[in-house]
Amino acid sequence: MNEILVIVEHDRGEAVETSYQSIGCARALLAAGVGTSVTAVLIGGEADGLVTDLGAYGVTKVVQVHHAELTDYAPEAWGEAVAELIAARAPAAVVATGTDRGNEVLAYAAAIADLAFAANVTEIKHAGDASLDLTRARWGGSLLEQSKLIASVYVLSGVAHVFSGEPSPDDVDTVAAVEVVVADLSENAARTRITDRVTLSSGITLTTAAVVVSGGRGVGSAEGFAPLVELAELLGGAVGCSRVVTNNGWRPHSDQVGQTGKRIAPELYIACGISGAIQHWVGMMASKHVLAINTDGEANMVGKAEYAVIGDLHKILPAVSAEIRKRRSA
Amino acid sequence: MSEPATPLRILVCVKRVPAPGARITLTADHSAIDTKNLGFTTSPHEECAVEEAIRLVDNHGGSATVLTLGPAESDEQLRYAISVGINKAVHVTNPALADGVDWDPQATASALADAIASIEADDGAFDLILFGNESADSGGFQVGVRVARKLGRAIVNGIKGIEIGVSGDGHATVTARRESTSGFEVYELALPVVLGVKEGLNLPRYPTLPGRLRSKKAEVAVHTADPVLGGLVTENFDNAAELVVQTTMLGNGEQAAPAIVDLIERLGLL
Repeated sequence: MNEILVIVEHDRGEAVETSYQSIGCARALLAAGVGTSVTAVLIGGEADGLVTDLGAYGVTKVVQVHHAELTDYAPEAWGEAVAELIAARAPAAVVATGTDRGNEVLAYAAAIADLAFAANVTEIKHAGDASLDLTRARWGGSLLEQSKLIASVYVLSGVAHVFSGEPSPDDVDTVAAVEVVVADLSENAARTRITDRVTLSSGITLTTAAVVVSGGRGVGSAEGFAPLVELAELLGGAVGCSRVVTNNGWRPHSDQVGQTGKRIAPELYIACGISGAIQHWVGMMASKHVLAINTDGEANMVGKAEYAVIGDLHKILPAVSAEIRKRRSA
Repeated sequence: MSEPATPLRILVCVKRVPAPGARITLTADHSAIDTKNLGFTTSPHEECAVEEAIRLVDNHGGSATVLTLGPAESDEQLRYAISVGINKAVHVTNPALADGVDWDPQATASALADAIASIEADDGAFDLILFGNESADSGGFQVGVRVARKLGRAIVNGIKGIEIGVSGDGHATVTARRESTSGFEVYELALPVVLGVKEGLNLPRYPTLPGRLRSKKAEVAVHTADPVLGGLVTENFDNAAELVVQTTMLGNGEQAAPAIVDLIERLGLL
């Protein structure tokens, strides 16, 4: 048997929130009898510094992939680098977290290596001789697909926030061996490079905020978001919204939570005037706690939330902000 | 910004999917979704791809073609695209395809790449090919990438902004924006290129009455394709477990404000 290659996603050398969840997915593969060890792949020299943490996650080897073109994220270059590792090392599997980048890099690698690719796996079930039974998320997670991946190398991504991104208790003292590989990329590798970045928000963002105050149709208008913005600011959180809100132009699409928007996992999600259609729910179901505020006690969101308040968000939210100010000044 | 020297030839690939928001029920043996009571539409990311193609042709000249791989019924999505302003339509199909019955991602990509290569052999290459980032239903996250590789072109996914321009040496380029956690990343790409786009790129328009009439009369080119099966085999489906939650009611109206703040405090978020 052989190694499982795990893509540890990073942005210019910084790990992202879901980076280590790919290792949790690899551990699920090991438990199913696929592969015998976990090798982390760090693409680009700027990620070299991430190597120190990896042993504690159960990684026994780290491959640092270096190349002059691997200075920032470039999907084609990253995909070529992974395909090259597949050809050179014949791993048992290649795993990433199912983020925009994770799925994009694996799609490229699988296309180049002519292998099947299963995106957004929620469960590894059973390994056969040359096939793997697994469960995939469809419809953003509302429908589960039982499928068989038939391939010489299993290429798959794990749905974000499903597999553990925590260190493994058995591996506190594990030190990973480091191997440097110089990639042999084609002249195409530079075609899809990031050439510029525009920063719209610094600090707290929708995907990193501990508290998200989110609004739906019940907010009623763009101006109606003022009490949500006020509460989010008081709590150092971010404002989110449902699809109907962006379709009405009340908030920018970058605030949208759901199947065609962002997937978030805050400590507390405050859903104001959101009915809770499944397409919205899949974007925030990884939240640790959910509070629904709705005039309709029968709304889906109220039934699914851990906590609920029935009433008009336009009266309740200002009262909450006032109460917070009162306690803070007390 | 200066205009490219030649008009744009744009292709948009779309998929017919059950209308988002519909409750998906399964057949008794869980081998398929039950399509009896489902409405169908174009996958949301691809509605934005259609809209973007129309806007780009309005601004730069040229023509936009829509293409789908799907059952006979997907003719409806092609005609819808024409009704909002797409110029031509191509239907890649096979009698074995049906609503709710997909080919695997590799088979889908092969059929699409073959059809595109055959159109390009007759009419010339497309400057820009647009896909949705992923289909709303099967969510494979790979068909656009596989097609781009087969055509020898680059692709970037997750695109929410597109501008056509000209590079310093006179070649047509596209500046594509992709959302990141703090803002967006910018990719400068030479044409021809493939982009996977996301909802939020634009707000799709609705059909006009003349558009609807035009779409009824439009000729749809039909290509037949055979599947070259890949290694991801769907066996059956389950609805995600219904969350059973005992909801704690914190109260009614603004009188509940102290209880809400207690909760925020208890979670250590105050």
